[in-house]
Amino acid sequence: MSEPWEDEVEGPVKKFMFVNRKSPYGTVYALESLEVVLITAAFDQDVSLVFSDDGVYQIKKGQNTDGIGMKNFSPTYRALEGYDVEKLYVDKESLEERGLTEDDLLVDVEVLSRAELADLMDDQDVVLSF
Amino acid sequence: MAMLHTVNKSPFERNTLDSCISMAKSGSSILLIEDGIFGALKGTSATDKVSSAMSNVTFYVLGPDLNARGMTEEQLIDGIKVVDYEGFVDLTAEHENVQAWL
Repeated sequence: MSEPWEDEVEGPVKKFMFVNRKSPYGTVYALESLEVVLITAAFDQDVSLVFSDDGVYQIKKGQNTDGIGMKNFSPTYRALEGYDVEKLYVDKESLEERGLTEDDLLVDVEVLSRAELADLMDDQDVVLSF
Repeated sequence: MAMLHTVNKSPFERNTLDSCISMAKSGSSILLIEDGIFGALKGTSATDKVSSAMSNVTFYVLGPDLNARGMTEEQLIDGIKVVDYEGFVDLTAEHENVQAWL
C-alpha cells in the first residue's frame, strides 16, 4: 500500500519564467535562481529561463573557480535537461554588447530579440526576477 | 601620490567604472576585481572607455576572478596586466593609498 504522499497527484501546472540578469559569483542571485528553478522543476511546473544583461555570463563556457574559493555551479546548467528544464532563452543584444556569441555558451539556448522575449514573458503565469 | 583604485562592479550594471575613471589621476592604477573584470575584456560596449583611459592610467585585472568567470588572458584588452592575490598585495603596498570603489 502506498503512502498518500507517494500518490501521483496531478496538480495545476503553471508557466514559470526565471529572468536572470546578474553575473555569477559577484552576488548570490545566480545561484539562488538555480536553486528555485530546480525546486520548481521538482514540482513538475512549466519552467523557462531567460538570461539577459550580465545574466548571460552565468552560462559562459570555461568557468574555473579554483582561484576564488567558491563553488563552480555552471555545470548545473547542463544538468537542467535531466529535470525537463529545456526552455533556455538568451537576449541577443546582451550577448552582442558583451562581445559574446552562442558558441561561448555552455548549454544549448534559443537566442531571441527583446521583442520576442517580451512576448514570451507576456505568456507566463509567474515571472521571477533574479 | 599615486593611488590604487579597485573596481568590483560590472561596467554593464553600474557606473562605478565610469566614476573611477573620471576621478583617477594620471599615473594612478586601476585594478579590476570580482565583477569588475568584465571591464577588462576586448570587443564589448565598455572596451572603448577603458582603452582610452589607458593612456593615463595603468590597468590591472585579478586573474582568479577572470578565470572564475570563464575568461582568459587572450580576451583582455592589450596592455592590461594580470595579477594574482600576491600581486594585489604588492600593488596595495606600492601605492600611497587605496580607493575601493563599490
